[in-house]
Amino acid sequence: MELIGLLNYAVFMAIFIGIYSLLALGLNIQWGFSGLFNAGIAGFFAVGAYSSAIVTAPESSVHLGGFQMPVVVGWIAAMIAAGLIAWPIGKVCLRFRSDYLAIATIGVAEIIRLIVKSEGWLTGGARGINKVPRPFGDLSYLYSQLAYLALVIAIVFAVYWAIERQISAPWGRMMRGIRDNEDAATAMGKDIKARRLEAFIFGAAIMGLGGALFAHFNRSITPEAIDPMIATFLIWIMLILGGSGNNRGALLGVAVVWIIWSASEFLTDQLPTEYAIQAKYMRVFVIGLLLQLVLRFRPEGILPEPQGVSSRTETKTFQKQESAAK
Amino acid sequence: MPFMEFVNFYLMPGIVLGSIYALGAVGITLVFGILRFAHLAHGDLATLGAFAALGVVTIFGVSPWVALPVAMIFCAFMAIGIDKVFYDYLSERPKIIVVMSSLGIALMLRALVQVIWGVDTETYTRGIVRPENYWGIRIRDREIYTIIAMFAIVGVLWVFLQKTKWGKAMRAMSDNPDLALLSGVDNRKVTMLTWAIVGILCAASGFFLGINTELKPLMGWTMLLPMFAATILGGVGRVEGAVVGGLIVGIVEETSVLLIPGEYKAAMAFAILLLILLVRPTGLLKGKVL
Repeated sequence: MELIGLLNYAVFMAIFIGIYSLLALGLNIQWGFSGLFNAGIAGFFAVGAYSSAIVTAPESSVHLGGFQMPVVVGWIAAMIAAGLIAWPIGKVCLRFRSDYLAIATIGVAEIIRLIVKSEGWLTGGARGINKVPRPFGDLSYLYSQLAYLALVIAIVFAVYWAIERQISAPWGRMMRGIRDNEDAATAMGKDIKARRLEAFIFGAAIMGLGGALFAHFNRSITPEAIDPMIATFLIWIMLILGGSGNNRGALLGVAVVWIIWSASEFLTDQLPTEYAIQAKYMRVFVIGLLLQLVLRFRPEGILPEPQGVSSRTETKTFQKQESAAK
Repeated sequence: MPFMEFVNFYLMPGIVLGSIYALGAVGITLVFGILRFAHLAHGDLATLGAFAALGVVTIFGVSPWVALPVAMIFCAFMAIGIDKVFYDYLSERPKIIVVMSSLGIALMLRALVQVIWGVDTETYTRGIVRPENYWGIRIRDREIYTIIAMFAIVGVLWVFLQKTKWGKAMRAMSDNPDLALLSGVDNRKVTMLTWAIVGILCAASGFFLGINTELKPLMGWTMLLPMFAATILGGVGRVEGAVVGGLIVGIVEETSVLLIPGEYKAAMAFAILLLILLVRPTGLLKGKVL
C-alpha cells in the first residue's frame, strides 16, 4: 500500500515535470535561442489551458462550450490561440530591445488574468471550467495516471525532437546569429523582426500546449491555477539553472527546480500552522535568491549551450575583440 | 453628465492616481535613461517603502507624514544595497540579464513584505475621511497633499538635475555615457546617486498610493505596468515627460470607466503602452528608444 502511494506520487510529479518541460522548452526557443525576454509565460499557459478546455468540454450553463471536440483538436486550438496572442505583441515590441517585450508580456499576462476572471460567459469566472475530458480518464486511477504520463512524455519528446531539428537547421543557426550579433545579421540581409516573430510565436504555441496538457490532466482549469508571477518565475529559474540555449539543460533544470520546489513545500508543511504563511513566502524568496546566485556564479547553467569546436574559438576571439572595443 | 460631477468623480481621482504614477515613472525613467535597463523591481520597491512607513507608524505611533521621510531614506539605502549586492556584478553582461535579475528582486522584495507584514490589507489611519468642498470641487486633504508633494519632489529633482554638478553628471550619463566617462564623470558615484533618488521616489509613490487607498503586498506590482506606460508615453529619460505621462495614464484609467467595464481599468495602461510603441516609440517629449 505504501509502495503504491509512493508510486502514485512519483507519477504525479513526473507528469508535472513533463508539463513544465514544455513551458521551459517554449521559453528556450524564445530566450535561449533568440534572446527574447518573455515575462508573461503564465498568460500563454492560461490561454492554452482555457482554449483547449473550451473546445473539448461538454456543454455548461456557466461558460462557453459544448463543442466536445476530440482532445487533439483542443491541443491544436491551444497552440493556435497562444500563437495568435503572441503575434500582435511580437509585431509591436520586437522592433525594440527586449526590455520592451518584457514589460509588454507582463501586461499581457495581467490582461489575460483579468479576462479570465471577469468574462464569466467565456471562462466560467472564478469557478472555472470543469469536466474537461482527460485522455485515458476511464481507466482505474493508477493506470490512468500512468497512461497520461506516457502521453506527456511522448509529447515532450516530440516537441524536443522538433525543436532540436529546427535549431540545428539553418534557421536555428540564423537565430543564434541574430541573438549574438544583431548588426552582423542585419548586414547579411536577415529579416530580424520577422525571424524573431517566428521564434516568439513558436515558443508561445508550445507554452499553450503545456497549458492544455495541464487543463486535461486536472480535468479542470480555474483562475487560481495561473498565478502569473510564481508560474512565470519558476520556468525562468528552471531554464537559467538548467542552461539556456540547451534543450537537455532546460529539461534537467525543470526536474531539479521542480523537485526542490516540491520538497521545500513538503518541509514547510511540517511546520506549525502559525508559521505556514511565512514559510510559504520564504520559499518564494529563496527561489528569487537562487536566480541571483545562478546569474552571478553560473550564468551558463548546469548544461551550457553546446558549441562546435571551430565556432567556439571564433566566439572567444570575437568576445575578446568586443571587450577590447569596450 | 454635469461638468462638476465629471471633475469630482473622474478627473480629480485621475489626477491623484496620475501623481502617484508620475512619482514612480520618474524613477523608472532615471534608471531607463541613465543605467539603461527596465527596472522590473520598481513596483515592489514602492511596496516595500509603503510598508516601511507603516512599520514606523505602528512602532512609534507617529503620523504617517513623519514616517514618509524615514521610509524614503530606508528605500534609498535599500536601492543602493540591491544595486551593490545584485546588479553591480552583472554590469559587464548584456543589460537584459540585469532586467532578469530585477524580476527576481521584485519577487524577493514582495516575499519579504509578505513574510514580515503578512498578506492582509492594511491602512495607515483608521476611519473615513470626508472630502472637503472647495467651490464645488470635492477633494480630500490627503489628495491635495499628494498632488502638491508630487510637484514639489519632482521640482526639487528638476532643479537638482539642471543646476548642480552631480545633476549635470547624471544628465551627461543619460545623454552619452562614453562621452561622460571621458569627461571624468565618476560612473560609480552617479550610479549610486541614481539609485538613492530612485529609492526616494519609490517610497514616495508607494506611500501616496497607500495613504490614498490601502496597503497590499501586490500594490506595487499592479502599479508597474501603468508606471512603465507613463515612462514610455512621456519619453524615456525625460523627467518632465514622466510627469505628463503619469498624469495622462492616471486620468485615462479613471475616466475609462465611463466607456468600458470597471474591471478593465487596469488594461488601459497596457493599451496606452502598445499604442505609443506603435505610433511614436520616442514618446510625447522625444525620449530615447533603447
